[in-house]
Amino acid sequence: MATIELKNVVKKFGEKYAVKPMNMTINDGEFVVLLGPSGCGKTTTLRMISGLETVSSGNIYLNGRDVTWAHPSNRDIAYVFQFYALYPHLTVWQNIAFTLQAQSVKKDEIERRVKDVATLLKIKHLFKRHPGRLSGGDQQRVALARALVRRPTAFLMDEPLGALDADFRETMRSEIKHLHITQKATTVYVTHDQIEAMAMGDRIVVMSDAAIQQIGTPAEVYHDPANLFVANFIGSPGMNLVKGHYRAGKLNLPGGGVYTPSDIWKTRIEKQLGDDQDVILGFRPEAAWVVTQDQLSAEVFLVEMNGSNMMLDLHLSDQVIIRVRANRGVNYSIGSRINFDLDPQMVRFFNPATEAALVME
Amino acid sequence: MSELILQNISKTFGSITALDEVSFTVNDNEFFVLLGPTGAGKSTTLRVICGLEKPDSGHVIFDGEVSDDLTPADRDVAIVFQQYSLYPTMSVYDNMAFPLRAPGRKVPEDQIRKSIEQAAEKLRITHLLTRKTVQLSGGEMQRVSIGRAIVRRPRVFLMDEPLSNLDAKLRESLRAELKHLQKVEGVTTLYVTHDQIEALTMADRIGVLNRGKLIQVGTPEDIYDRPANIFVAKLVGTPRINLLAVERQNDSWNITGLEININLAGTNDLPESFMLGIRPEDVSLNPSGEYPGEIELSEPLGVETIVHIKSGTAEITCLAHGLVQLKHGDTVRFDINKNHLHYFDEQGNRI
Repeated sequence: MATIELKNVVKKFGEKYAVKPMNMTINDGEFVVLLGPSGCGKTTTLRMISGLETVSSGNIYLNGRDVTWAHPSNRDIAYVFQFYALYPHLTVWQNIAFTLQAQSVKKDEIERRVKDVATLLKIKHLFKRHPGRLSGGDQQRVALARALVRRPTAFLMDEPLGALDADFRETMRSEIKHLHITQKATTVYVTHDQIEAMAMGDRIVVMSDAAIQQIGTPAEVYHDPANLFVANFIGSPGMNLVKGHYRAGKLNLPGGGVYTPSDIWKTRIEKQLGDDQDVILGFRPEAAWVVTQDQLSAEVFLVEMNGSNMMLDLHLSDQVIIRVRANRGVNYSIGSRINFDLDPQMVRFFNPATEAALVME
Repeated sequence: MSELILQNISKTFGSITALDEVSFTVNDNEFFVLLGPTGAGKSTTLRVICGLEKPDSGHVIFDGEVSDDLTPADRDVAIVFQQYSLYPTMSVYDNMAFPLRAPGRKVPEDQIRKSIEQAAEKLRITHLLTRKTVQLSGGEMQRVSIGRAIVRRPRVFLMDEPLSNLDAKLRESLRAELKHLQKVEGVTTLYVTHDQIEALTMADRIGVLNRGKLIQVGTPEDIYDRPANIFVAKLVGTPRINLLAVERQNDSWNITGLEININLAGTNDLPESFMLGIRPEDVSLNPSGEYPGEIELSEPLGVETIVHIKSGTAEITCLAHGLVQLKHGDTVRFDINKNHLHYFDEQGNRI
């Protein structure tokens, strides 16, 4: 059981901010994902929570207790790394039991706890093996078991699936999530992979340039991104972002197309930006659908097969490519022009100067 | 015009067979992807094509010319690796110029400048030309590596997992860029990867390799819709295809583990026991659906949600549209699209 709170936590390396003043609260039993590209400060944040890295200023609280300067071993937090860091000369059983033995836990209790986690992670048959002879997925299961067996108040995981093959990654992803559902341990999970973040997180903390860009549920960061960075980073591919010029209720787009926003959006644009202004239109690839009548039109540049669906790369103009999701089974020939319309529920607008989303109050 | 043919290539390392009678053709201007798990023989195939590895038997043929005796330099192929292998002390420009300045090439400097500028523009690295490569990000370095390969105008482009060291997001945008570039430049390309989504999205055709054997060659649609065996069916498509053991009596199927009985007329030619494959997108949630289940886990990806449904003692994966709000323990009903079923025999081969 644990809550984790960061208050104005800052990390500087020399003059450079690795983490700009950061505030967040992670609730008891919550699975929070720190998501961002490499160098955004997510791992540094995790390391500060664990105590492996000191803070430059600010405070970290664990269950309300100030642990800012507590030694990592006094924080009762388990850390799972991308690289498994198992002891190669010990068996799987010994690797899992190691920390309990070091804490002089009673022998029969060690037996029982190791067996319990191993059952949970389905690795009991591997007890006598050495880590070097296990697959990547099994090694990561052992690393998880070793963290779980301690019954820490919280888990910190640093890209634990990063080193695995795509195939394994997917399996392990649902296993870890499932484990969390049954164990309900507070978890902070770091990844650069937005799919992992969406699939696993109760809430996602999107980071870039050493700062939090948005904190929200998967649905919030997906449908209502706070700014252009989040809009582009979340989703595969990200949101289409097209700069146009708004005047008298019409949005003029590159390539000559005209989009008419809904009345409620017209009001918001005029109130928040004014009339006769540039504005960025954002919509997800699945928010556009191909229609027969003339709405917006674009030239098919590339057709990508994605398995269950297709992705069309469309040239709105020479410079502007948008990506639109389409059903399999229709043949779109490259170079042809198609018409499309946008789902009004899924259209968003952004301020080109501040890059922030227009508010939807 | 450039066409690459591999003819019955075999290669062993001691007692290990790395390649076993591998034959395929990469057509002129084609983007051919060799897809397989680690250890399938993908990199060995590339090394044989480059001339870095001599096959035990078989031939590599460029434009009708058997290349058995050609040195790597004479084969006129360019290779882009997973690791960038740029010269750290040189500028981006000099890195790109390097292959053109090689002795024996004698390309005039003004022509070098022209081709570098053209390539740089296409790869959006013009602003980086004067920088040292150590100052670049991973994505920029990989663009420079690709640029260095492009300026040579090789007859064949070989790429060995060029995107796998990059962040997920960067990988995705470079994937689209590479494909655009290949179409615009029209270079015959052989691309090696273990990532099925790269293969599906980029390839004109895919060759699936496993343990040194070429299992299937076809368009992404062929591979996805008509996988030759269970291995291929599991390798492509995410989330992975559902595979269920079936015991059949006439038109009535008993699916092991699932509380499902399927009756499908006209299935008498199927064996009495077989494996049934159902793609997750062919399972749909429906309040009045035919089959009952309970939610084990739901993974919202945004555009769709992966829903793991427990039915009986088995689990079936469903890919639902949009963000579906479901939690562990919820009861649901679902349907299976019976027009898109896959059948495999006991050896795992497609029926």
